[in-house]
Amino acid sequence: MNYEPFVISFQLATLTALILFCIALPLAWYLSQTKSRTKSFLEALTALPIVLPPSVLGFYLLVALSHNSPIGHFFEETLGIQLLFSFTGLVVASCFYSLPFMVQPLQSGFESINKNMLEASYIAGKSKLQTIFFVALPNMKPALLSAIIITFAHTVGEFGVVLMVGGSIPGETKVASVAIYEMVENMDYTAAHIYSAILVGLSFVVLLGTYIFNAKQSRRV
Amino acid sequence: MIALNIHKRLHGAEGDMELHVNLSIKEGDFVALSGKSGSGKTTLLRILAGLEEAQGEIKVDNKFWLNDTQSLPVQKREIGFVFQDYALFENMTVEKNLLFVKNDKALAQKLLQLTELNSLKNRYPNSLSGGQKQRVSVCRALMKKPKILLLDEPLSALDPAMRIKLQNELLTLHKEFQTTTIMVSHDPSEIYRLANRVIVLHNGQIINDGLPQEILLKTQGSQKFSFEGELLDIKKVDTISIATVAIGQQLVNVVVSSKEAQNLEIGKYVRLSTKAFAPNITQI
Repeated sequence: MNYEPFVISFQLATLTALILFCIALPLAWYLSQTKSRTKSFLEALTALPIVLPPSVLGFYLLVALSHNSPIGHFFEETLGIQLLFSFTGLVVASCFYSLPFMVQPLQSGFESINKNMLEASYIAGKSKLQTIFFVALPNMKPALLSAIIITFAHTVGEFGVVLMVGGSIPGETKVASVAIYEMVENMDYTAAHIYSAILVGLSFVVLLGTYIFNAKQSRRV
Repeated sequence: MIALNIHKRLHGAEGDMELHVNLSIKEGDFVALSGKSGSGKTTLLRILAGLEEAQGEIKVDNKFWLNDTQSLPVQKREIGFVFQDYALFENMTVEKNLLFVKNDKALAQKLLQLTELNSLKNRYPNSLSGGQKQRVSVCRALMKKPKILLLDEPLSALDPAMRIKLQNELLTLHKEFQTTTIMVSHDPSEIYRLANRVIVLHNGQIINDGLPQEILLKTQGSQKFSFEGELLDIKKVDTISIATVAIGQQLVNVVVSSKEAQNLEIGKYVRLSTKAFAPNITQI
């Protein structure tokens, strides 16, 4: 049994969750605090990947990352990184695909924090950054955990975008979901069963852990 | 010495209004800020703290906190603020709440001892009672040794017995630290006990400013008693009427003539006073 696709899936999901956390944190904070009119516009833009078919997102990413587009050209010529049909390209695509799953829980987490508590921190002389890390985030652990876990799980579960942007190169872009698709196509039902069962089991354990943690947190308050 | 002259347009419950306040406060004063809700009291505190923007000037000890060219950020203003809902940092113990403001263990220890919170210093805010949270909140506000302490109805959520205990504690802390204090309050007994100056706001303007004795005492002239209360009910009994008035926590029944009753409206505020005592006649 070859478990390489799982390793790639989890590497991809870990990297995506990590990068997205850094990108989504300031965005979610801005959205939770602003009253400006750009808020609705940004929120709609952020939520797009939830409603778009993965093929649409995959198609645009395919165009944007290809050698013929300025972005793809820049990466290939200047940085020497080929984005299409490579692991790097998969990470970039996943970041777009999973963005709302990181931003939305963080945003509602920030919005749930008592505004006076944040103001008390400013009055105590703390900067916005200190307030986010020492006051806001520690008081929204369930939202924080949900954001990271759901982003991770959603990236493990992606299929359409990965297939279009990454293809199915063994050891490079062939993730678990794509591997299962190929097994079914090749009528290798035994392997597909094993792979699918592993994914179902792992996903359930992770989600169960999250819900148990959140239930414990809400009991504490 | 605090000198401020600020104005700001507010969208209140009763339409737009202009908050315009021009006053100066001596160092070490305990000022009570009173007035109906929506009169701009909390906004004034928030402007002083730098939590809200306004036009005008705020000058504290010859340093501008606000003028036409600059507005000192909230982090740099030397203030302590006690929120109505206390707003303690839920993720930190009582002691950490204080130390987060300033890592001065000796001062934290002193404040916790003054307010009898020492035994609770390792507890988290959600396990404290309202009165305890309030005291932690005041201690936290004093950790920076602020030039001004701002209290936004700090005792309004507490029962009367706890209020009196905490009023005394606020007095002790004020004596100890001599911090210029501005407190929003509706409670005359609280104002009388704590403050040496009362400022009454109405629709964003100062309508009264002076000593608590002068402003809070409602009796004038030949009136011996005078109380303000809310008229709850008027009942007709035979040829007279009986009015029920709520004065503070107490209900009082007063006999009124039918004519007087016609001029009274249930739900409005009324003044209840006597000019002279009725003579008593008892047979010997």
